[in-house]
Amino acid sequence: MKICVSSIGKDKNSQVDLRFGRCPYFIIFDTDTGKYKAVENRGMTSSGGAGIAAAQTVIDENAEVVLTGSIGPNAMDLLKASDIKAFKPAGSTVEKAIEEYGSMQIEEICEAAPAHFGMGNQNRRGW
Amino acid sequence: MQIAVLSGKGGTGKTTVATNLATIMKYRYVDCDVEEPNGFLFLSPDINQVVEVDIPNPVVDRDLCTTCSKCVNICQFNALAVTKKGILLFEKMCHGCGACIIVCSEDAITEKGRNVGRVEIGENKDTECIRGILNIGEPMSGPVISKVKEYINDSESSIIDCPPGSSCNVVKALDGVDYAIFVSEPTEFGIHDLRIVVELAKKAGIPYGLIINMADSGSTLLQDYCRKESIKLLGTIPYDIKAARLYSKGKLLIEDESFRDIFSRIADSIREELKCS
Repeated sequence: MKICVSSIGKDKNSQVDLRFGRCPYFIIFDTDTGKYKAVENRGMTSSGGAGIAAAQTVIDENAEVVLTGSIGPNAMDLLKASDIKAFKPAGSTVEKAIEEYGSMQIEEICEAAPAHFGMGNQNRRGW
Repeated sequence: MQIAVLSGKGGTGKTTVATNLATIMKYRYVDCDVEEPNGFLFLSPDINQVVEVDIPNPVVDRDLCTTCSKCVNICQFNALAVTKKGILLFEKMCHGCGACIIVCSEDAITEKGRNVGRVEIGENKDTECIRGILNIGEPMSGPVISKVKEYINDSESSIIDCPPGSSCNVVKALDGVDYAIFVSEPTEFGIHDLRIVVELAKKAGIPYGLIINMADSGSTLLQDYCRKESIKLLGTIPYDIKAARLYSKGKLLIEDESFRDIFSRIADSIREELKCS
């Protein structure tokens, strides 16, 4: 099966990116072959609907599991519609996150975070 | 003649200026701040026409769809996604462009209107009043503002009360405008956001002037700014508790003699500027 991890870099030693919609890469780990593959996240360069584009990237790679920090409402709906489960690793690197999932000592992400949560402007109050 | 009233920063007095000027000049009042239109509170028009605003959204026929994903790939707004169960639509992302319908090789996609807001048209004893209202929870003001603008493409002069800020909705409200009136308050916050909308007007090639609202004798911030940037100062409205009292009762400031004078002189300045531009 394939596990997809949101990542800052292109290899297994890269830091996990806690953002799902706007991470630069997804690292796809195939448990059958033990191989890692880096894929560019289409959500990173989208002007809007980043979560949707990111989730579509994951779906297109046929992953069954996502490891990330948090997921927005649109992405969550899309992942659930595809029966993809999500978990939040405590581990800092992609490889450590995958080990955590393997040991099943990992927190499941069952609900979406607020929209635009990963954009770092929670304290903005508008006009 | 279309005159836009805008500010950048919210709360500087756009609606106050727009409603009072429209009444004293006998111009049509048009509220394009469709997320929170408040002009009608002061004008209380009788509404005689309501026009619904719908955005066309795609409907996919699952029997004809082969999940080839052409529609998903063409969508510039990420409104469509493909799962094992078929095509999923995120309706609030959809801009109604119709590209998905064009690329579908199976003719599996049709259009269905989704209501996002409405336009209300009416009048009071002084003037015609129009406003757009976006439904609560909808993220896009554009289609409602565009619909409002369809109703002012005639020979009557309009004062357009714009949304705050300087993004898409303001740009849409400014489309086709002949003159821009900036309303600002004499604070650093006011000037900061004012600079952004001045740039916007310059880029759009729209001539402009400025009204200082809530002016007090202690500050020359805006007068200095106008002098430095060569912006025509159309008038100054003082910071006065009389204004707050009238406003709090939903009354126009021009019910007071001194404010009526001030707005009358501002109206004269504007007419002068319109002759030259």
